[in-house]
Amino acid sequence: MTLGTPSSPPLLALENISKAYPGVVALSDVSLTVHRGEVLGLVGENGAGKSTLMKILGGVIEPSAGRIVIGNAIYPRLNVMESQAAGIAFVHQELNVFDNLDVAANIFLGREQRSPRLGLLDLAGMRDAALPLLRRVGAHFGPDVPVLDLSLAERQLLEIAKALSIDARVVIMDEPTSSLTLSETRTLMQVIADLKAQGIAVIYISHRLSEIEACADHVVALRDGLVAGELARQDIRHDAMIRLMIGRDLKALYTPPAAPPGDVILSLVGIATPAWPQARADLDVRAGEILGLAGLMGAGRTELAEAIFGIRPLLAGTVTLAGAPFHAHTPRQAIDAGLYLVPEDRKRTGLVIEAAIDENIALADLPAVARHGLVSRGEIGRRAAMQRGKLGIKAADLTRVAAELSGGNQQKVVLAKWLSMRPRLIIFDEPTRGVDVGAKAEIYLLLRALADAGVGVIMISSDMEEVIGVSDRIVVLREGRVAGALDRAEFSEQSVLRLAVGAN
Amino acid sequence: MQKKDMGLAVLIIIVGAIVYLRNPLFLSPINLGNTANLIGLFGLFAIGQGFVIMTGGIDLSVGSMIALLGVIFVDMVGRFGVPWPVAVLVTIGIGTLMGLAHGMLITRLRMQPFVVTLCGLLIYRGVARGYTGEATAGFPFGASYPELEWLTIGRSFGVPHSFFAMLLVGAICWVVLHRSVFGRHLYAVGKNEEAARYSGIRTGLVITLAYVICAVLTAIAAIYFAMFTRSVQPSSHGNFYELYAIAAAVLGGFSLRGGEGSIIGVILGVVLLQELQNLVNLLGIPSSLNFAVMGAVILAGVLADQQFNRYRAARRAQRAMEPKPEP
Repeated sequence: MTLGTPSSPPLLALENISKAYPGVVALSDVSLTVHRGEVLGLVGENGAGKSTLMKILGGVIEPSAGRIVIGNAIYPRLNVMESQAAGIAFVHQELNVFDNLDVAANIFLGREQRSPRLGLLDLAGMRDAALPLLRRVGAHFGPDVPVLDLSLAERQLLEIAKALSIDARVVIMDEPTSSLTLSETRTLMQVIADLKAQGIAVIYISHRLSEIEACADHVVALRDGLVAGELARQDIRHDAMIRLMIGRDLKALYTPPAAPPGDVILSLVGIATPAWPQARADLDVRAGEILGLAGLMGAGRTELAEAIFGIRPLLAGTVTLAGAPFHAHTPRQAIDAGLYLVPEDRKRTGLVIEAAIDENIALADLPAVARHGLVSRGEIGRRAAMQRGKLGIKAADLTRVAAELSGGNQQKVVLAKWLSMRPRLIIFDEPTRGVDVGAKAEIYLLLRALADAGVGVIMISSDMEEVIGVSDRIVVLREGRVAGALDRAEFSEQSVLRLAVGAN
Repeated sequence: MQKKDMGLAVLIIIVGAIVYLRNPLFLSPINLGNTANLIGLFGLFAIGQGFVIMTGGIDLSVGSMIALLGVIFVDMVGRFGVPWPVAVLVTIGIGTLMGLAHGMLITRLRMQPFVVTLCGLLIYRGVARGYTGEATAGFPFGASYPELEWLTIGRSFGVPHSFFAMLLVGAICWVVLHRSVFGRHLYAVGKNEEAARYSGIRTGLVITLAYVICAVLTAIAAIYFAMFTRSVQPSSHGNFYELYAIAAAVLGGFSLRGGEGSIIGVILGVVLLQELQNLVNLLGIPSSLNFAVMGAVILAGVLADQQFNRYRAARRAQRAMEPKPEP
């Protein structure tokens, strides 16, 4: 299905793009076109392949197959320079501004204007050239303001001004409004209209479907790395987009709990974290239940977990653990209270990846394996061997480094670290990311076994199949707030996604 | 002048006033002249170190380089009778090659700056000692090089020419760092090398040039030091000078993470360090406490600066939390 004006050739075409990583296909045979002055809305769940596709267009990663056509030029792959030279500008989701420079310096970085005689920086010239750009994006700050003094939203506007300054033909905006206020979002919509009027195309990626409804001329939905469908201007509606984004067959993963859940083990009231300082979240977890914590990237799930665990400051709210008020200022306090976190990034924060398997298992509880203050190698080994049997860690030699294990076995080592202590509540942040299918099933069974042993389990997951298949109850976060809670009877991809993106 | 530099300047004046009140010799022409000379000598290579620290790197080889290049320069002029302008060019040329080697090892072979320049520290010192057989390199008795001496240890209006040299180098470096495209790219590379590369900046080239600038300025300083001491004792000449330079840069507002700092800052850092040395001498504090005083002041200075930044960040967060007026 091709949309747009047939008479004019597309400004940009991605043809049959595929991208495979070892063991994972991120994109498979994706094609799309963008015409002059058109806004293409790109939608899809977390992990659907939107960001991968845009990184290919930005020249940051290479496609495994397919080609990119920009105007008359055909590229099997792009590098960053070629992409920029072809007029593709990126407004990054994670901001790449330099906060040690001022606004004008950021806009012209790498393309500085020079004074004619000495070839030095033409500071006044750049300031003057930056002014109209800033005005076009509705910024209320001047070109000589240090970026250090700008808020996140203002930095976002700066990124857009920078895109305008390179005479972009296609501007890619990846979640541009995630840190903008309502009025700033309205300004952005006006900026997009201006760009359209100038014949510039915009690829607009957002989870906020109402924004896509407001500005897109054409929508492409991705699902699991495939084009799930396209919508022409008149068909772009909230429901239609959600229908394209979901619609997978969900495998039966669920094992019911052995007994009904017990008392509330962890209770959060009015929690605010630095990620969403103005939002408040309330949440209860019972002993013996697996609570799925769903939401989009950036909804504040990880930050919430880290705040409870004492890694980030808790800006507001109270935490009650097993009936007693609890406030962890350091992870040590949380660990001593029996509250553990299995972090998202196994290699960086979950494990000391270059240390031995048995040392990793003993790391959080060294006093228990020490005699007279000296760590006992033998005790470490005994402890690790016991956990290996319980969890089925596939490692012949527990003194080898953890980096040699597969993802699934690494995750079991992280688990073993906590299980050898006395858990009351464990938070799992994306427990099966980068884990193969067989090990996933084992980890799910371990979660259930933990819950059946009376431990409260919170599972943060962006994998819809996992959230729906494993949880006893789902709480959905949106922008730092609890958007809703679902019981098993109410579970569906649609119900979770509706809460996650905000139904209207 | 940034606020940070202003604060440092005020501190220098306050310390100076206190020292003067305790010992009026502080402002005597002789003391001022000697201090200015030391500020000039140390300033020359501290400015160079600033360029390297700006990239988030470090150059630990500076002190050894001053010894080795000093030995080479003195030997060329004193023993082999090489005309001094040629010797100056050769010395700076060797320095350039050293900086180029550091830069290439760091950017091409992705070695860590600390390791590369630590090896430089050991190698250059060892070569200097081995080459001279531990003997002091000096000029022949009674030898005189009027133009060279005028340029290096001469004085005009009582002000040592090393100080003028430092001012000239400082002015050129100020333009390079704060007004040239290269300088702007240095700031960007120091803050976020990856993002700088994506902005089309040739980060490897920028970083390598920083090490070359550092080495060239160190070579110039080596000549000034050799002329000042008249002889170079290869095992002690220039010892710990890299630490003086790093300390001056840090005092002057540079961050060892890169991307922060200014030329005026590092010069003021040098001035403060020399003023502290002077304070120790003039106030009758045992000179063995020299390092302790310097360390304490640097610690206090950096701590104060960090607290100020934290306050600024907190204020910014406060501002972001306030609801924005919707038009």
